[in-house]
Amino acid sequence: MPVTTMNGRAIQVNDEGFLTEYDEWDEDLAKVLAQNIDIDLTDAHWKVIRFLREDYRTQGETATTRRVQTVGGVPTKEQFTLFPKKPAKKMAYIAGLPKPHGCV
Amino acid sequence: MRQLVVLGGGTAGTIAVNKLRPRLPRDEWTITVVDQSDTHYYQPGFLFIPFGIYRPDEMVKPRKRFIPSGVELVEAEIDRIVADDNKVLLVGGQELPYDYLVIATGTTPRPDQTPGMTEDMGGSVHEFYTYDGATRLAEKLATWEGGHLVVHVTEMPIKCPVAPLEFTFLAESFFSDRGMRDRVEITYVTPLEGAFTKPVSSKYLGSMLDERKIVLEPDFMVESIDPEAKTLVSFDEREIAYDLLVTVPINMGANAIARSGLGDDLNYVPVDKETLLSTAHSNIFAIGDASNIPASKAGSVAHFSMDLFPENFVRHLQGLPMTAKFDGHANCFIETGHGKALLIDFNYDTEPLPGKYPLPGVGPFSLLKETAVNHWGKVMFRWIYWNVLLPGRKTPLPALMSKAGKQMENTVEPTATASGQHNRKG
Repeated sequence: MPVTTMNGRAIQVNDEGFLTEYDEWDEDLAKVLAQNIDIDLTDAHWKVIRFLREDYRTQGETATTRRVQTVGGVPTKEQFTLFPKKPAKKMAYIAGLPKPHGCV
Repeated sequence: MRQLVVLGGGTAGTIAVNKLRPRLPRDEWTITVVDQSDTHYYQPGFLFIPFGIYRPDEMVKPRKRFIPSGVELVEAEIDRIVADDNKVLLVGGQELPYDYLVIATGTTPRPDQTPGMTEDMGGSVHEFYTYDGATRLAEKLATWEGGHLVVHVTEMPIKCPVAPLEFTFLAESFFSDRGMRDRVEITYVTPLEGAFTKPVSSKYLGSMLDERKIVLEPDFMVESIDPEAKTLVSFDEREIAYDLLVTVPINMGANAIARSGLGDDLNYVPVDKETLLSTAHSNIFAIGDASNIPASKAGSVAHFSMDLFPENFVRHLQGLPMTAKFDGHANCFIETGHGKALLIDFNYDTEPLPGKYPLPGVGPFSLLKETAVNHWGKVMFRWIYWNVLLPGRKTPLPALMSKAGKQMENTVEPTATASGQHNRKG
């Protein structure tokens, strides 16, 4: 697995640049990850990202857009506004989590 | 007497009882299967009905014919499972207590979950995942004069994830054969980033769409359908107009699972992906499409996992660790039209790759390659399904996936970020 440097420290990522170690993420790193994909983080973004982090900690897998809507309380439409085109992938990327399942 | 209750007499449930009955002594164990209908459908055949290749009545047999002696079949609808009391409540008030429960209630297309999808169903909107839907679509295609055909997948996971692609290829072949291909525009609309979920096969299948002049519209998450304007509308406000829409509605597990509090967001039962044991209850398993394992929702997955399940089940009853670990093995014939098909073989960790199957280097089937032999394999499979798979007889195919005979080509270029410039990964 590749290692990259962000915020002056070594970070483990996969071939697509997704973090592979849950504990290597922090909110400062999220800002860098968001910049990489041209997203300015607002409170609305943080609500989604904090939900994803907490949900992953208890569930062991990344929440789908459906779950972010039903459990996280952020409508799918809003997810598309906040994270254009590919919300599931972009939310996971910024939150330092694997891409959600469903791709099987 | 101890009691095993199996909910659902479809592919997984039927194979399970056929394999478990000989392993559980009849003077110690009763086995009961509950299903709401007396009909067992050969679901892989639904794909061929719209094109007049199979007749609807050829897809149907009585369910009880495949349930072995010594197993009671109860025809009833399930109200709910009361896991804390080890019992199942049936609609109408009957209660079935159990020592062990196997949930095999499958997954079902749910057009009611997408606004606007049901209004014109059977008119300009069709689906082929049900017996009635496939039959109606056959009637439609028999007289359709052409226009824009849109084949659409609502959301993953769906039952038999290759079927919408197969439908598209078969439609292209069907219109060519009828001499009307030039009067039909075909678009394939998917929420995925490419034609299929895994990179290597997505590339193969994507180029096959290109060759057939079929337009691919990826990353399309449908918000609603406007049946008046005949358009699909996405969450990011793209619109696709259709003359004939063939959609694959979102698939969900049984409502009874939700009512029982045993399901996830899509009513699938969370299980250990290697043993299929419920993560919440040590006397409940979920098999086939009903579980949340990250594998294809497909008969082949049910079949391969059922090669390992009976032995695990018996060990679990004896208090022993379950040693057979399921790897998510799936294989699927993909009809590509014009009398050919391709075959893919994969599991949780290894994506579909080119090669030969099941004998490395020999075949007779070719992986990720269109051949007539693959097509005949798919045609023969119907006989195998009724006569070998459902009765739980041994097949010469190993349960776990093998990498032998496969080309481990490294054609996937790494993508740097999630910026969406690389449209190949699923």
